[in-house]
Amino acid sequence: MLIFEQSRSGRKATAQSPAAAADLSGLPEAFIRKEKPALPEVSELQAIRHYTNLSRKNFSIDTQFYPLGSCTMKYNPRGALAAATLPGILNRHPLAPESHSQGFLSCMYELQEMLKDVTGMKGVSLTPMAGAQGEFAGVAMIRAYHQARNDDARTEILVPSAAHGTNPATAVMCGFKVREVPVNSDGDVDVDALKTLVGPQTAGIMMTNPSTCGVFERQIEEIAQVIHDVGGLLYYDGANLNAILGKVKPGDMGFDVMHMNLHKTFATPHGGGGPGAGPVAVGERLLPYLPTPIVGKEGSDDAPSYRWLTDKDIPETIGNLSAFMGNAGILIRAYVYAVMLGKGGMHRVGEYATLNANYMAKQLEKAGFQLAYPDRRATHEFIITLSKQTKDYGVNAMDVAKRLLDYNLHAPTTYFPLLVPECHLIEPTETESKEAMDEYIAAMASILKEAETDADMVRGAPYTQPVKRLDDVKAARELDLAWKA
Amino acid sequence: MPFIPHTEQDVQEMLETIGVSSIEDLFDEIPPQLRAGELTQVPEALSEMDMMRRMRERAAQDDGALCFIGAGAYEHHIPAAVWDVATRGEFMTAYTPYQAEASQGTLQLIYEYQSMMATLMAMDVSNASLYDGASGLAEAVLMAVRANRKSKSRKILVPGTVHPSYRSALEAIVEAQNIEIVEVEWDQQSGTTLLDALGPFTGEDITGMVIAQPNFFGQLEDVNALTDWAHAQKALVIGLVNPMAMAVLEAPGNWGEKGADIAVGDGQPLGVPMASGGPYYGFMCCTSAIVRQMPGRLIGRTVDLDGKPGYALTLQAREQHIRRSKATSNICTNQGLAVTASTIYMSMQGPDGLANTAGACYQNTQALVEKLTSIEGVEKAFSGHNFHEVALTLPAKASAVLEKLAEREVLGGFDLGLSYSSLENTVLVCVTETKTDSDLEVYKLALADVLTELNG
Repeated sequence: MLIFEQSRSGRKATAQSPAAAADLSGLPEAFIRKEKPALPEVSELQAIRHYTNLSRKNFSIDTQFYPLGSCTMKYNPRGALAAATLPGILNRHPLAPESHSQGFLSCMYELQEMLKDVTGMKGVSLTPMAGAQGEFAGVAMIRAYHQARNDDARTEILVPSAAHGTNPATAVMCGFKVREVPVNSDGDVDVDALKTLVGPQTAGIMMTNPSTCGVFERQIEEIAQVIHDVGGLLYYDGANLNAILGKVKPGDMGFDVMHMNLHKTFATPHGGGGPGAGPVAVGERLLPYLPTPIVGKEGSDDAPSYRWLTDKDIPETIGNLSAFMGNAGILIRAYVYAVMLGKGGMHRVGEYATLNANYMAKQLEKAGFQLAYPDRRATHEFIITLSKQTKDYGVNAMDVAKRLLDYNLHAPTTYFPLLVPECHLIEPTETESKEAMDEYIAAMASILKEAETDADMVRGAPYTQPVKRLDDVKAARELDLAWKA
Repeated sequence: MPFIPHTEQDVQEMLETIGVSSIEDLFDEIPPQLRAGELTQVPEALSEMDMMRRMRERAAQDDGALCFIGAGAYEHHIPAAVWDVATRGEFMTAYTPYQAEASQGTLQLIYEYQSMMATLMAMDVSNASLYDGASGLAEAVLMAVRANRKSKSRKILVPGTVHPSYRSALEAIVEAQNIEIVEVEWDQQSGTTLLDALGPFTGEDITGMVIAQPNFFGQLEDVNALTDWAHAQKALVIGLVNPMAMAVLEAPGNWGEKGADIAVGDGQPLGVPMASGGPYYGFMCCTSAIVRQMPGRLIGRTVDLDGKPGYALTLQAREQHIRRSKATSNICTNQGLAVTASTIYMSMQGPDGLANTAGACYQNTQALVEKLTSIEGVEKAFSGHNFHEVALTLPAKASAVLEKLAEREVLGGFDLGLSYSSLENTVLVCVTETKTDSDLEVYKLALADVLTELNG
C-alpha cells in the first residue's frame, strides 16, 4: 500500500511543524500558491510504520551477503555514522566562517593528506559527489591541461571495451570522442592494438586496474609509456581501488589523475543508490586545475590553522562542481574509517579482499562453474560465465541471479562486463567471513543441481520475495512515474 | 583486525584451497617494482573510543553559534523520526535497486518520493534525484538543450540573481558542450529580473531560460511574466526553486500561461541536515512531453508475473550503463539516502505542516527585518517582496561586521560583496522556523553593539 492510500484529509503529525498557519497577507496574491500539493496526510506512527515496513522489503549489507561486483559492498562501520552525526558536525553551515570551522577543516585536510599517500599522487580535491562526477572532474582537467598548452588537436579519449559505462559517457560530457580499445582473451588490454590507435589526437586513456575483468593489468607500465609518448594522459577509474589499497599506488603505475569511490573503498554507506563521494587525485602536471574548494593548512604543526583554497588560490581550476564542497558528511565518514584502519589496516583491505575473491573463485570452479579467466589470479573480484548452463539447461545468468535471492543471498553483478557472455561478476570484499562465502558457494552448487533437474523452476525464480519478476516492458511502455489520486 | 573477520585457521584453510602458501602469493601478477612501500601520511589506527573522543572535540570547536546564514543551505527542524528510520541498515546499506524483487522497499519509496516532488512542483514527473541543486541546474540546462529541438542557438539565459555558486558550477559542467550561457542583468532597486532587461533578447532564438524563485537575494521574481516572455521566444523554462517555499508560493508547474517545463533545485530544506554542504540532493521534475530527455534514475510502477503491483527502474535506455557514450548524462550513483529522509519528512509534514513551516520562516524573517532596520543605518537593500532571506545594507563593510558578529557567536549571514562588487556593505540574512523571538533579539543586540564598535 502506498503512503498516499493511508492519507486522510485533516490528519497531521502535529508535533512536527508549527501548529498555526502563518499570516501571508503581506505577499501579493499572484505569488501565493492556489492549490495545496497532494502530499500524504498521516500520523507520525503511520509514517514510521509504513517506512519501517518498506525497509524490510530490501536486501542490504546489514541483512544479507551482497557480493555485487565492482560495487565493493563492505561493512559500513557504525562508528563513522556516530561521528558524522555529532551535532557540531551535522549542524555546521557550509558557509560558516573559518573561525567556526577549524574542527571540520582539520578532518578534511587530514583526509586529503591520507588520500594523497595511498594514491601516490601530489594533490587531492575532495569535492566531487560521486564516482561519475570524479571522472568528469578528472577528464575536464585533462582537457584543461591540453588547452593550456594550446594542444587543440587532442580530441579523443581511449577506453578499453570492458570499461564501466560511466567512462565513455564522461568523455563525451567533456567534449571528447570515444575510441574503444580491445581486450585480449586473458583480460589484459591489447597493447598492439592500442599502439595503432594512439597519436597526436589522443588526449588520454581511462582505465581501471584491476580491470573490470577482475584481473590486474600486467602491462600497465608499457601502456603508460605508449600514452605518455604521444602526449596523452592516463586516467585511473578508482572503482576497483579496494583490490590494491595499500599494496599498489596508482601514481606509481603512471597514472596522472584518478578518482576514488569512497562509498566503495572507504566503507561509506551506499544508501540505496547514494550519496557517494568521488574525490580526485592528480600528479604534478594537473595540480593547477583541481576543482575547488580545497582545504589548505597554515602555521606550524603545533598550532595549525586551516582555510579554504578557492579560485583565488588556484586561478586555473576547472571550477566548482557543487554549491559548496560536495558530500561533506560522506567525507567525514571516510575520514573516520581511514583513522580507524590506520596505516596497519589500510594494506590489509587489499590483502583480505583478494584472499576472499580467490577462495570463492576456486570453490565455485570446484563446484562446476566456469571461470572467465581460469589462468589468471583473481583480484578483489572475479567473473564466472554461465554460457554452458545457458546452453545445456536453458538457465541463464539472470535466472541463477534471481534464484540466489530465494537462498537469501544478494545476486552478484550480472551481464557486466559486456564482453563476457552470461557472466556473474562476484566481489565478496574483505569484511565477509568464510562461513558467509561457504553458504553462497553451497547455494550456487544447489542451484546448479536444480538447473539440471528442474530448469523451469529456476527460470521462474524468485519465489520468496515481495514480488515475482516484474514486467519491465509494461513499466517502460505504460509509464507510471507518479501516484495520482 | 578492524572489520576483518578472519581467524588464523580460516586464512590457512583458504590458502590451502587456493593452493598458495601465503596471501602475498596472490599478488604475484603485479610487477614487483610497483609494490607500495610503507604509508607515511596515514597514522597508526585509533580505536572507536579514541576516534570518538577526537571527533567530539573537533565537533565542539565548530558548534554553538546562532546561525542566520542561508545562501543555499537552510537550518530547519528535522523530526527525530526522519533519520531514525532512514538510517535503518536496510535503507542505508542497500545499493541501487538493480535486483528489483529484492529492493521493493527502496523502489516503492522512490516512487512515493517522485509522486511527492511532482505534486509539490505541480509538474507531471520527477526523477529519483541528482547530486545537488547546483549540478542539478547544469543537468537541467543540458536537458533543455536536448529537449528544445526547434532551437538551434544552444543559448541559455541565466539571470544574475541566480546563486553565484550555481552559476559557476553550471559554467564548469557544461563548459565542453558548446552552450552559450548569457547572464541577464538584474535591477539594482528591486533585486529582481525585470522584463526590461530581457528586451534585447526578444525575438531571438533562445533555447532555455532559468528563473529562480525565490532568487539568491531572497527576493520574489515575477515568475508569471518571465515565464510567459520566455515561452513567447519558444524557450524552455527552467524553474530553480526552494522546495520549502513551494508549500506557500506558486509552484513552477503553474507559472504563467503554460507553466515551467523543468523544475530543479536542492532538496536539502526537506529534512536534510546542513552538514557542511552535503550530502544534499538535487531534485528535477518536468512535463511528460520531455521525460525521455530526463537524466538520472526513474522508478515506474508495473506488475509482476502474477499481476501484483511492483516497482522497477525504467527508461534505462537513457542511462550510461546501457547507452554508454550516448547516455543523457554520466550520472550513476546519486543521493538515495537523502531522498529517503526527504520522503519521510514530507510524509510527516503533509501539505499543511509544510505550509506552516514555510510560513513561519517567512514571518520570522519579516520580524527580524523589523528589528534590525530599527538600528540606525540598517536598511533593506531592495524593494519588493522576499521569502525567508533578505538582503540588508549596513553602515559598514559586511565582511567586518560578520567577523565581529562571529566573535559574539552570531553567524550573521552571507557577505554579498563576495559575489557582487556593488554590494560590499550588504549582508544576506536567513531566518527559518527554528529561530525564536529571543534569538532575533540576540542578533539585534549583537549587531547594534558591533556597529557601535566599528563606527564609534
